[in-house]
Amino acid sequence: MIEIRGVHKQFAKGERRVVALQDIDLTVAEREFVAILGPSGCGKSTLLNMVAGFDQPTRGSVKVAGEEIAAPAPGRGVVFQEPALFPWLTVMDNVVFGPKTLGQSAASYRARAAQIIEQIGLSGFEASYPAELSGGMRQRVGIARVLILEPKVLLMDEPFGSLDAQTRTLMQELLLALWERHQQTVLFVTHDIEEAILLADRVCVMTARPGCIKKSIEVRMPRPRSIESTTSPEFNTLRRAVLDLIREESVRAAMETERA
Amino acid sequence: MRTRLPAPWLLVLPALLVALWHFAVDLRWVTEGLIPSPAQVLRSWYTWIFGSTTAMLSPYSGTWLDNVVYSSRRVLQGFGLAALAAIPLGLLIGWSRLASRVIDPTIQLLRPVPITAWLPFAIAVFGIYDASALFLIGLGAFYPIVVNTTHGVRDTNLLLLRAARMLGAGNGTVLAKVIFPSALPSIFTGLRLGIGIAWTAVIVAEMIAVKSGLGYVLWDAYYVGRMDICVATMFSVGLLGFISDRLIVWAARFLLRWRTLEAHG
Repeated sequence: MIEIRGVHKQFAKGERRVVALQDIDLTVAEREFVAILGPSGCGKSTLLNMVAGFDQPTRGSVKVAGEEIAAPAPGRGVVFQEPALFPWLTVMDNVVFGPKTLGQSAASYRARAAQIIEQIGLSGFEASYPAELSGGMRQRVGIARVLILEPKVLLMDEPFGSLDAQTRTLMQELLLALWERHQQTVLFVTHDIEEAILLADRVCVMTARPGCIKKSIEVRMPRPRSIESTTSPEFNTLRRAVLDLIREESVRAAMETERA
Repeated sequence: MRTRLPAPWLLVLPALLVALWHFAVDLRWVTEGLIPSPAQVLRSWYTWIFGSTTAMLSPYSGTWLDNVVYSSRRVLQGFGLAALAAIPLGLLIGWSRLASRVIDPTIQLLRPVPITAWLPFAIAVFGIYDASALFLIGLGAFYPIVVNTTHGVRDTNLLLLRAARMLGAGNGTVLAKVIFPSALPSIFTGLRLGIGIAWTAVIVAEMIAVKSGLGYVLWDAYYVGRMDICVATMFSVGLLGFISDRLIVWAARFLLRWRTLEAHG
């Protein structure tokens, strides 16, 4: 479904050129949930932005469903770290922004919108403005406005990163439930090891500067999963393995910083 | 949120200033006959508004409303034209790098020319007619509106633009549904500055370029030594400016309800 081949990304930072991503190869199968795990600044968001179509690779190709990506499109829904809701629109108007923009008839999307708002547990808040909602509620609206378009691909850029721990857990369970129901192909960027293992079929661990994928780890835990899955022995084994990988990496990064 | 002070506190400073004014005249701190007392101004203003049975053939009897209407109409027209031109242009300059390159430098070069400096030009081109006044008012109000609109557009959150794009929005939708509402608070700032300048411009224009309105009365009254009318005119303009500013603030509050929620939320 998603094919990333030999992707390089360079940024010009004043005089210097910074290599953000190097030699990225990643294939995500249809209906696969892949988490990209890495420290901040490793370029994982840049990678996601290229799949979204917000950014282009310096070299290499990014394809979704066999087509080279040139621009953002409603077939690839993005959930940002900030909810990025339109503050002047109500919850309902934020949710139906996509269908409305695509010229779908109100009759067709109204019912779907009500259904999705119910699924995310915000019934009764349709007429509220984003400013009246909590952070977790806003992020749920951010997910709903994407789901209503029934995208084949869901791209999530640390969507729960700015939430408190309790809310984050609730949101992860909500996402698991939604994913069981909608079954999209998901690329999920995070720096939270447990989140990555809990949600994904596969965790790709990235290294920093230049960012590349160090290892890809299959998560063979049964679905449907819930927060209880995090107490299983399998989960612990996986967490240990990922943690070791990351520790190796952060030691290397720290040594490099010292040398620089 | 701050608690509101009771209304009487709002009146303390104005009352002190009027008292100072009264005593300055009453106790002859200023040369006698130069500045009218508050009571005198009130009396003349009253006659100017409602007319008088005794003051015969005075040009300042019962003509207040006419002049208020003249000036307000000019401000409204000039300001309206300015907004109609400046908002779309500001959106364009903020949105398109090319438009910004082509148009913005010219605006920035012309902007420092004071509105008063345009007077001879306006009269030469438009004559002693309304058009002169409208040109000056419109030009004066145009700059703050266009500059603030441009700023508002450029301040649009990149994430909102990306969100709109990924939800399927093309250029037109992004401009109308994201950039415009996002720039609206700045646009209102521009409108408020613009209406202030419009009132300045109308007085200047009426002093020189047309023969009616509050500015004309002000200058005329000064020439014939009617300082009481001058001061009453000043108050009138102040009042009208205040009211028009409040109207814009109310419109903004209504249209930007989501923002007041944000501020208190």
